[in-house]
Amino acid sequence: MAMLSFERKYRVRGGTLLGGDLFDFWVGPFYVGFFGVTTAFFAALGTALIIYGASLGPTWNIWQINIAPPDLSYGLGIAPLAQGGLWQIITVCALGSFVSWALREVEICRKLGMGYHVPFAFGFAILAYFTLVVVRPVLLGAWGHGFPYGILSHLDWVSNTGYQYLHFHYNPAHMLAITFFFATTLALSLHGSLILSATNPRKGEPVKTAEHENTLFRDIIGYSIGALGIHRLGLFLALSAVFWSAVCIVISGPFWTHGWPEWWSWWLNLPIWG
Amino acid sequence: MRTTASSLKVAAALVLATLVTAGCERPPIDEVQSGYRGTAMVQVYNPRVLAEQATHNVVPAALPAAAEGGPLAGTIYQNVQVLGGLSIGEFTRTMTAITAWVVPKDAAAAEAGCNYCHVGANFADDSKYTKVVARKMLQMTQKINADWKPHVQATGVTCYTCHRGKPVPEYVWFKDVDNTAAGGLGNRAGQNRSTAAINGASLPSDPFTPFLLGAEPIRFTGATALPTGNRKSIKQAEWTFSLMTHMSQGLGVNCTYCHNSRAFNDWSQSPPQRTTAWYGIRMARSLNNDYMVPLTDVFPAHRKGALGDVAKLNCSTCHQGAYKPLYGASMLKDYVTALAAPIPPPAVAPPAEAVPAEGEAAPAPAAPAVTSSMSDAQVSKRQPG
Repeated sequence: MAMLSFERKYRVRGGTLLGGDLFDFWVGPFYVGFFGVTTAFFAALGTALIIYGASLGPTWNIWQINIAPPDLSYGLGIAPLAQGGLWQIITVCALGSFVSWALREVEICRKLGMGYHVPFAFGFAILAYFTLVVVRPVLLGAWGHGFPYGILSHLDWVSNTGYQYLHFHYNPAHMLAITFFFATTLALSLHGSLILSATNPRKGEPVKTAEHENTLFRDIIGYSIGALGIHRLGLFLALSAVFWSAVCIVISGPFWTHGWPEWWSWWLNLPIWG
Repeated sequence: MRTTASSLKVAAALVLATLVTAGCERPPIDEVQSGYRGTAMVQVYNPRVLAEQATHNVVPAALPAAAEGGPLAGTIYQNVQVLGGLSIGEFTRTMTAITAWVVPKDAAAAEAGCNYCHVGANFADDSKYTKVVARKMLQMTQKINADWKPHVQATGVTCYTCHRGKPVPEYVWFKDVDNTAAGGLGNRAGQNRSTAAINGASLPSDPFTPFLLGAEPIRFTGATALPTGNRKSIKQAEWTFSLMTHMSQGLGVNCTYCHNSRAFNDWSQSPPQRTTAWYGIRMARSLNNDYMVPLTDVFPAHRKGALGDVAKLNCSTCHQGAYKPLYGASMLKDYVTALAAPIPPPAVAPPAEAVPAEGEAAPAPAAPAVTSSMSDAQVSKRQPG
C-alpha cells in the first residue's frame, strides 16, 4: 500500500512502552505495537461475549439487545455468566481495550515526538466510563450499579438513576457538566464556522488568514483568543464536561442519597435572605 | 507564635474541610433493588439517616385489653355519638389511648389529659373545639380503616399514625398565600417558593390545592408517542412533578418506587406500589373534603392557615418520611373494636340523669351542650354518631 505523505514521519522505529521491537511494525497503514495486540484481543473477546450474551437473550433486535449487570445481591462478588457474569467480563474487556488504545496512542505520540494531548483527552473518556462501571459500583458496594450494555437499556438506566434523586438538573456537578458540554459545542460551532468561512472565500477572493479570523471576533465580541488559544480552550471545555459528568454521577448515591433539589437547602438557608 | 500559627492552619483546614463536605453524605450506602437487574429500579438509603429516622417511628406499647362485657358506653354516658356502641371498658381504654396519642405531655393543667378535649365538670359538654374535632377525626379513622383498605390494607391507621403524641400532626398543609399569581412579569405561576414538602424544588409550591383538595387531572402524558391532540403543557407537568416530588418526600422513596421512568404513565411497566399510591391520592382528597374542610369553622383562628383555611392532610401527614407509616407496624390490631369501622349506636338511650363520664361533677344536661361559641351551621355539620 502506498504511503501517505505524512506517513514518512509517522513510520519511525522506537517510542514503544512495552515489547521493544517485537510488535513495532505496521499492518497496511495501521501501527500495531504491543497495545495494538491487546486492544485487538480485548475488543474481539468483548464483542464475541456481547454476541454470545445477545444469543442468550430474547431478541436480536439491535436496539433491544441488553447485557445487564448482576443483581445487587451479588455485591462485589462474581456472578454466574447468564446472571451478570457476562457483563462483568465484558466490562474488563472494555476497560482493557480502551486503556490499550490510549497507550497505543501514547506510543504513536512518542514516535511523532509530539505531546500527549490526544491520549490525555481520551483518558478522560475512559475515566468517565471507569467511574460509571467501577468507582461508583464499588463505593455503593455492588457491581449491579453499573449501567447495562444495550442501546435502549442503558438509556432506561440513565433515566431511572436520574430519578433516584428526584430531579437530576439540581445536581450541582451535573449543572457544570451540562454547561461545559454546551460551551464546547458553542465554541466548536463558532470556531468551525470561522475556519470554514476563512478557507472558503467567494470566487476570486484569496483564502483569508489568521488576521481576518482575529478581526472578526474582535469586531463581534471585542476579543479573539487566537488560533492556538481556541484549541486549548476547546480541550479545556471538552475535558471539563467529561470530568464533571464523572463527578455528577459518582456523588449521586455514594455522597448524596436524597433528592438533588434538597441539596440546595444550604443555599436557601443562608442568612442573607429577607 | 509557632503553635498559634499551626493551630490557625488546623482551624483553617477544618473550616475548609467542612465547607467542602457540607451537604455531603458518605458510603456505605444501603440500596433496595425492586426491578430487573440493570434497570436502576433501586431505592437508595443512608443507613445513618434511617437509624435516626427510626427513633421517630417507634410504636408505643398497646394498652392492656379491656375487661370483657359490661354495659355499652352509650347507655351510661350522655352524648357519646361515635363510640357509644363500645363496652364501657373498651370505651375507657380507647379514651386513655387517644389521650396518650394526641394530648401534649407538657400541657398546662387546664389542658392536660382528659381536659384537653373535655370540660372537666361535664365530660358530655361539647364546648371545647378539640372535642368536636376529635369526634370528627374518630369518624375519619373508622372511615379510613373500613373503606380505604386499597390504600391502608389491613394495617390500618390510628390517631397515632398522624399525631405521634402531638395535638396537631407535624405534617399538615395550608393553601399557599401567594398561590394566585399576579399578571405579566409578576406571574410566578405558583413556582419558585421552595418548601421542604417538595424537596426544596422551584416547582409549584402548593400542589395540594389542585390535586388533594381539588380533583385536577394529574396525568399529562399523551396516549401516543407522537402528539395527537394532547393539549397538556409543560407548566401543567410541573404541577404534577411537584405533587410527585411531595409523594417521594413524604414516603422517603425515589421516583422508581412507583414508576419505571422510561414510561412514567404506563401501568403495565409500573411497580405495584403505584396502585396503592393511586388510592392514596384519592383517599387524601376525599378525607380533606369530607372531614377536614367541614371542620373549618370549628377550629379557632390560630389553628388555621393565613388564608383562613383548615389544616389539611397530604402523604407526609401519615407517612412522615417512611415508605409505610411506622414502617408498616399495625397499631390498629390492638384497637380494632373502636377504630376498625363505624360502630352501631346502642339501642338503649342513656338515662336522662346519666352518670357524667368520670369525675364527680354535676349531671349532664339531657341534650348535647352547644355553647354560644358555635353557630348553628357548625352544629348541623356534625354527624350524629
